[in-house]
Amino acid sequence: MNGQGILKGMLVTAKNFFGSYVSRERLTTVSYPEGGNTIKEQSRNIPFLVFDGEDPVAGMRCTACQKCEKACPPQCIFIEKDKDERGKALQRPKVFDIDASVCMGCQICVEVCPFESIWMDSNFELSTFNRFEGLQFNREKLLKSNTYFHKIHPQQAQASDDRLAEKERKRLEREAARRAEKSASEPQV
Amino acid sequence: MNTSTGYAPRNYKIVKHKDKTLLEVAMGPHHPSTHGVFRMDVKLDGETIIDLIPYFGYLHRNHEKLAEDMTYFSTMPYTDRLDYLCSMTNNWAYALTVEKLANISVPERAEYIRVIIGELTRLVNHMLLVGFYINDLGAIGTPLLYALREREKILDLFEWASGARMMCNYLRFGGIREDVSDEWLASCNKLVDAFPYFLDEYDQLLTGNEIVISRSQGVGVLSKELAINAGITGPMLRASGVNYDLRKTDSYSIYDRFNFRVPLGQFGDCYDRFMLRLLEMRESITILKQALRDIPKGEIQSKVPPVLKPKPGEAYGRIESPKGELGFYLVSDGSVNPYRYRVRPPSLINLTLLRDLCIGHKLADTIIIFGSIDIVLGEVDR
Repeated sequence: MNGQGILKGMLVTAKNFFGSYVSRERLTTVSYPEGGNTIKEQSRNIPFLVFDGEDPVAGMRCTACQKCEKACPPQCIFIEKDKDERGKALQRPKVFDIDASVCMGCQICVEVCPFESIWMDSNFELSTFNRFEGLQFNREKLLKSNTYFHKIHPQQAQASDDRLAEKERKRLEREAARRAEKSASEPQV
Repeated sequence: MNTSTGYAPRNYKIVKHKDKTLLEVAMGPHHPSTHGVFRMDVKLDGETIIDLIPYFGYLHRNHEKLAEDMTYFSTMPYTDRLDYLCSMTNNWAYALTVEKLANISVPERAEYIRVIIGELTRLVNHMLLVGFYINDLGAIGTPLLYALREREKILDLFEWASGARMMCNYLRFGGIREDVSDEWLASCNKLVDAFPYFLDEYDQLLTGNEIVISRSQGVGVLSKELAINAGITGPMLRASGVNYDLRKTDSYSIYDRFNFRVPLGQFGDCYDRFMLRLLEMRESITILKQALRDIPKGEIQSKVPPVLKPKPGEAYGRIESPKGELGFYLVSDGSVNPYRYRVRPPSLINLTLLRDLCIGHKLADTIIIFGSIDIVLGEVDR
């Protein structure tokens, strides 16, 4: 019969429309921004730098090895090494800039980082009125504490902490072994 | 300006053609139905199309040449942006080619996960196509949003696994980036079990609909011979009745282990292309069920050198992407960058027949023919 298909279709629409008042599953939208957080734990948007402890600069994990700078496909990372008064290079960046308008959030910097320093933030509300300075993320803006990291990505942060602790344990073991070797060799001299 | 018709706006060209007055209309580049930036110069006699010239390249971003200046690995996130609706299959095709070039093996579990996300991507793509096709027919909103609602559930799974909804960047040479958890597999199972109900609902909503049938049956008929000669691949070829599915003919990855059928069309018109996608989704569901049942535990990444330098040579890898045969051709000269990088995009090659399909139909039919071809301009222009 002509028109039957349309009636059937209207039945489906009606079922969905009235169903949204009864069943939570049919109501698929939330109101933004007051409708609660829908971000997944794994979601990634833009990189940030993790620091341990209280002081951002002293606790910085980044050693300015520039691996992420080289690996970044759109080349949005710029790093300059810090130097002390005598001009000797320090193991930390003086300048660490990420151009947020260029970054595409591919997470390759996170994969290449050997020091568990750079991770992905899930903050997506980055809009600004100043598109030049506002989207140029400098070191101070990028540095975020380990507590914040634990808050946004609990699993990743825990795994990263475990790996760092393992590394530290191995380093201490090696040091102890070296010291023991040294003290064992000393009496013979 | 000739004002004999009286109604045409001044900037529209009116041309004489065999003692007829034709109207030349530029559809696009910013036309909502062109699914991106694409322009068609259409010559009209009344409402009937006499000639159609497609213009593309508005979205050209030098993908191939850029890739030749980057390492093999750095190109991976850029392949997401070719066909931005199914980034996982783009990753897969590229990874497959590099694995062929550098002789990298892939662990069992990674292959299964690749099949799972590949078929989920097919669901995403076909759902969008079906939704937008109905949208192009004039049912603005409701059917499209039902399709988007279901798609969003799959994108949630993608985000859970890879961190991003659309630009996943999930596959790596010789494996995948991160393993999926058991909870992920459980919710994937749940989604796969619930999906046929949605398809039934969608069938009830649309397939018997008189307007859909009268608008799309017999419109844009693509014959078998023309489809084969023009190099059409994917659902568009199968809608014309040619049994050619790379999952069956190549059985790349582990597709030879799954039991599934290849739906075929009979007439090659827009309705066949639309129905074929709905049927393919059901076949994808059977593949997904088998893959989720059989997935083993184990490694997800084989050993790959940190700096990949394949031996000089060439490789062509191809997969059945949701839109057709997606191929990558790579030539290595032994350095860290590919010497030549070439994409065989299914969208572009399927689009080349647009003129032949449209001539003789009404202007409003152009939009549904264009919609049924299933293109993404990111892949057409690269």
